Amino acid sequence: MDIVALGSGNPPLLILELLIRLKVREVMSTHLITATRRDTLRRIQNIMKEMRITGVPIVEHRRLFGLVSIDDIINALENGTIEEPAEKHMSTHMVVLDENMPLSLAISYFRKFSFGRFPVLNKDNEITGILTSRDINVALLHELTLELDRMETRTVTDLKTDDLHMFKVYHVGKYDFENAGKASTDIKRFLKNRGVAASIIRRVAVAAYELEMNQVVHSDGGTITCRIEPAYTEIIAQDTGPGIDNVDEAMKEGITTANEWIQSMGFGAGMGLPNAKRVANEFHIESSREEGTKVRVLIRLNEQKEGG
Amino acid sequence: MKCTDLTGEFEVLILPAPESEVSGGYTSDLLSDVMAHARQNDALITIQSHKNTVAVAALVGMSAIILCNSRPVPDDMAEAAAQEDINLFRTPDNQFETSCRLRRLLDA
Repeated sequence: MDIVALGSGNPPLLILELLIRLKVREVMSTHLITATRRDTLRRIQNIMKEMRITGVPIVEHRRLFGLVSIDDIINALENGTIEEPAEKHMSTHMVVLDENMPLSLAISYFRKFSFGRFPVLNKDNEITGILTSRDINVALLHELTLELDRMETRTVTDLKTDDLHMFKVYHVGKYDFENAGKASTDIKRFLKNRGVAASIIRRVAVAAYELEMNQVVHSDGGTITCRIEPAYTEIIAQDTGPGIDNVDEAMKEGITTANEWIQSMGFGAGMGLPNAKRVANEFHIESSREEGTKVRVLIRLNEQKEGG
Repeated sequence: MKCTDLTGEFEVLILPAPESEVSGGYTSDLLSDVMAHARQNDALITIQSHKNTVAVAALVGMSAIILCNSRPVPDDMAEAAAQEDINLFRTPDNQFETSCRLRRLLDA
């Protein structure tokens, strides 16, 4: 399998950036399949066959003692030592990676040494993972996809922006917590720069942020369309699905369908839609399995409202 | 009270706007709840150490975040705080104790 080789040709800047930014611990497999020193090579051969892996670290109490590779197994089969314990035949001359190493450095190890995998240790010398070139490819693909999404978010359709007129469409990605809040921050900045009252801006920001977060947390992705006129700000959040089964329930405070992971980040408290409605002068929601969810919020810029 | 007045009491992680006013506090780990109820120039007392917390604090005009229970702070959170002029503090205390300490500072 080929991996991006630093220094050979010119890898795109974006990939270079990723390689320097990503740490080994973010990329490695943490699901470790290990054996102990007393396990026989036969047993390790079976583990390799079952788990479809080509190297097994020999680990006891998180301490790394050696590595049995498929070459060691082949040698053992040839020499008739396959029933002997791992400790007699494992490789103990290993090159290990520090989990906080940047990926760029780890990749140079792949080029320097002809190993297919490197055990990864933390600062206490405990094994925390294993890094293969496959892990690197998967991580890079994943990061590049995220980066593409990000670039899409940044390509905002900017049709008209003068005094208190603006029309923009922001793209929001599913689970894109990285860019969550970008649309609301942009809208807020626009109003602030034009001297709109803080209490009004706050209501717009709350509505925009809640609708944006709803798309990040619950939808398959969507758009936030913002129109600002001297008299009002209108925000339309349209997503591509999956739709809300019971809109009345969703409008109640404390009712949520968010999973635990999302709740642990402080979202999904079931307050998003009620919050947005509370700060709005006009609020309309429609949702279906086929069309996804569309929420329209209008906030008049010259009219205070309780709850802002 | 200014954010600089908090520096003696809590660990300073980043102080991009030391002169920002702190006039109260809001203690919550639910970001939607913070959106709904926190006031301008409040300090947010929370354990939510990720960059979305900064976005919420900035959107409602809060001046500082105080992270409790010595929560580790991801780099991108500190970067976001620097960008949004949100002062970032940390303490080993829990949210209750931190709220009490902030109250005492505000009353002093």
